[in-house]
Amino acid sequence: MTDQSFAIKRLSDLANPTRFLALAERVIPWMGGLTAILLVGGLYLSFSTEGDYQQGETVRIMYVHVPSAWLSMMCYTVMAIAAIGTLVWRHPLADVAHKAAAPIGAAFTLIALITGSLWGKPMWGTWWVWDARLTSVFVLFLMYLGLIALNRAIDDPSKAARLSAVLILVGFVNIPIIKFSVEWWNTLHQPASVLRMGGSAVDPEFLRPLLLMAVAFTLLFFTLHLTAMRNEIWRRRIAAQRRLAARMASREEAAG
Amino acid sequence: MNHAFYVYMSYGITAAVIVVLICRTWFDGRARRRELAELDAAGIRRRSARPVATATDGVSA
Repeated sequence: MTDQSFAIKRLSDLANPTRFLALAERVIPWMGGLTAILLVGGLYLSFSTEGDYQQGETVRIMYVHVPSAWLSMMCYTVMAIAAIGTLVWRHPLADVAHKAAAPIGAAFTLIALITGSLWGKPMWGTWWVWDARLTSVFVLFLMYLGLIALNRAIDDPSKAARLSAVLILVGFVNIPIIKFSVEWWNTLHQPASVLRMGGSAVDPEFLRPLLLMAVAFTLLFFTLHLTAMRNEIWRRRIAAQRRLAARMASREEAAG
Repeated sequence: MNHAFYVYMSYGITAAVIVVLICRTWFDGRARRRELAELDAAGIRRRSARPVATATDGVSA
């Protein structure tokens, strides 16, 4: 019993916003620096490796398109985990986590949609088709926008967090639909070729820049997310302190 | 349009979106840091951040 209470105490210690701020201040510069180095390396590989024998130079679009598409789904998964934190533990850090992630997720989904379109035109002969993969990712983009709007429409942060947490968890059904859309329906989009049974179908020449860019983009996401969470905690503290100052001022006025 | 157009457009738009995202987060952080410093200068602090000696005066009354 003692062990258990100790463990919970330690876990809650980690989730303390003040400790989180101290940790964020320490790790953000390192994460930012590492992201920059990985991005430079990834970009170098993206442009120094061979073109594809069929796709030619357009294969290089893959090195930004695929990491963005992975991140669009990973960001939503991070938000869904945070939404559980909001609904089950009512933890303010979880509220902050899913609110701060939504604009970042929307940005990466937008990149995936635009670069996909720019890849589709020369390879498929069309900018856009309303097939399963493209439509489900577009729905994901709309859900991110809806969540941003919902958070902005409600003044009370904890109420906004609870409502968006429910919406995030309901919308999570879209993630497996996106992932398996290429197998369940006929679509112009190719099926999974990197993470699949039987190993990757991508040649190492293309896999190296792709994986390096994927790691760089993922680190970029976590750096931005951590910074956005820190900003959101500050924003809430500022609002709370202003409310407190206003209450004090009106009390002093009433007393005087 | 040749392939280079699609490749450079993809990288250009990706870079533009990421730069906007980084700048937005960076400037938001700077603005919040400044606001916190202003509140701190005005003597408005979180209860836990107030020095013990002055905890009973000023705004905490």
